[in-house]
Amino acid sequence: MRMFNNRNGSENGHRANGYRKPARYSALDLVRHGLSGSDWPRAWHAHDLRPSYDVVIVGGGVHGLATAYYLAREHGITSVAVLDKGYIGSGGSGRNTAIIRSNYLTPEGVRFYDRSVKLYETLSADLNFNAMFAQRGHLTLAHNDSSLRTMHWRAEVNKLEGIDSEVIGPDEIKWLVPYMDTSESVRYPILGALYHPPGGIIRHDAVVWGYARGADALGVHIHQNTEVTGIDVAGGRVRGVKTSRGDIATPIVVNCTAGWSTLISDMAGVKMPISTFPLQAAVTEPVRPFLDPVIVSGTLHVYVSQTDRGELVFGASVDPFTSYSMRGSLEFTEGLAGHVLELMPSLARMRVLRQWAGLCDMTPDFSPIMGTTPVAGFLIDVGWGTYGFKAGPVSGETMAELIATGKTPELIAPFGLDRFAKGDLMGEKGAAAVGH
Amino acid sequence: MILLPCPYCGSRNVSEFRYVGELSTRPDPNATNAEEWRAFLYVRANPAGWTTETWFHRAGCRQHFVVERHTVTNEVRTSRLPAAQLRDREDERATGGNVANDSGGATY
Repeated sequence: MRMFNNRNGSENGHRANGYRKPARYSALDLVRHGLSGSDWPRAWHAHDLRPSYDVVIVGGGVHGLATAYYLAREHGITSVAVLDKGYIGSGGSGRNTAIIRSNYLTPEGVRFYDRSVKLYETLSADLNFNAMFAQRGHLTLAHNDSSLRTMHWRAEVNKLEGIDSEVIGPDEIKWLVPYMDTSESVRYPILGALYHPPGGIIRHDAVVWGYARGADALGVHIHQNTEVTGIDVAGGRVRGVKTSRGDIATPIVVNCTAGWSTLISDMAGVKMPISTFPLQAAVTEPVRPFLDPVIVSGTLHVYVSQTDRGELVFGASVDPFTSYSMRGSLEFTEGLAGHVLELMPSLARMRVLRQWAGLCDMTPDFSPIMGTTPVAGFLIDVGWGTYGFKAGPVSGETMAELIATGKTPELIAPFGLDRFAKGDLMGEKGAAAVGH
Repeated sequence: MILLPCPYCGSRNVSEFRYVGELSTRPDPNATNAEEWRAFLYVRANPAGWTTETWFHRAGCRQHFVVERHTVTNEVRTSRLPAAQLRDREDERATGGNVANDSGGATY
């Protein structure tokens, strides 16, 4: 607890601190602090709210912080405020199951998520913050002919876009995951899988903290416990935001929230094609490493991976009805346990440590909504459903480019809000969803 | 939310039901334009608070009904038949119960 107790600390997280550029983390530093027991410098700082900023980003998750970071680093725009009603990474960024992959179904989706994987590959070095990205491979199981057909379809689209992705059979699955029940004597025998070697898992909190530290060092203000209560729009333009800590004048507001994106857009008068569903996840007690790749089964509505600490992380499909409640349910745990045991019966004696839920903003076509809106200066990076975390870096990079240049980057042009009015949807359900 | 009150069957576990969606009015296909139609298809109010929505009792009476639910607490305030069925019921009462029974006098 020593780190949180240092002399620069503030009781409420709002007191302005003297600004200090953080030292680079290094092995030497680790030894020095380890031996002396001295406090580490704060990775990011609290500030007073300025009366105006060039850009205000609503939502201090990976998307908002990455947008702020790339704005400052790539475009030199540092008068940026990131507002979060809780603490940074308290929403979807800290509740997802930390899976990274790019084996999507549409060429547009594959190109977009591939850029994200590339950014994740060098993220730890770029941010000087170890995000522990482990590219252990990603298996999407097929239990029937139609899903095997979709796997072949995805593999061909992936290969055309230069992504390492192929369909493998039960023998190869057994070789990759010896504990998997690949026999034919089960209710849903495994017929094959889409194997995506560059996929893997990452430490999601570290990604949030790394971006926060990087943005803070470049002069971005991160305001935690600062709730947006209104957005001032006059003459079809954004003029500022109202917050629980005072008003801010700004020409650009970026909605980078997940779960609450409809409510923030409502404040600017922009209607959204979004429904919010909870998604539940759970984690077991830690055991020795035995599971290398990430396992996903659409038919069984489950995905499993083993963290570096040895815990198994389970995720499921979204709950069957909309809600802003983040409470877990017994039905979920029961269903989940049954499905995991169908895949790996030897886990029967393992115990679940805890379960939680996060909010997923589902769109009609399972693709995000990014870019401009009918309100000038109000930009959106929302609708992230069950695939937001893996897109964090590329979303930050492209949204920063849009803000700085005023032009929508080609990579996110297919994901505009106007696609719903034009009927030009980006159907990604076959690769973005687990059984919904 | 564990229990959902069906107007026919009473309170049942929510796993018996299928969530259909927010209650909305379909524009007249002969009078609407593309923009209005696509807004009907895709745009949702998605409030954090009270909402009126349609549910289907999949594992029970297999009827659609309308529920007022709070999306933050999952508390249910009212549960009723869809407006069209309420109208049929009123017509039935007004005409002595012969409107809905157009099956040629057969009784079930």
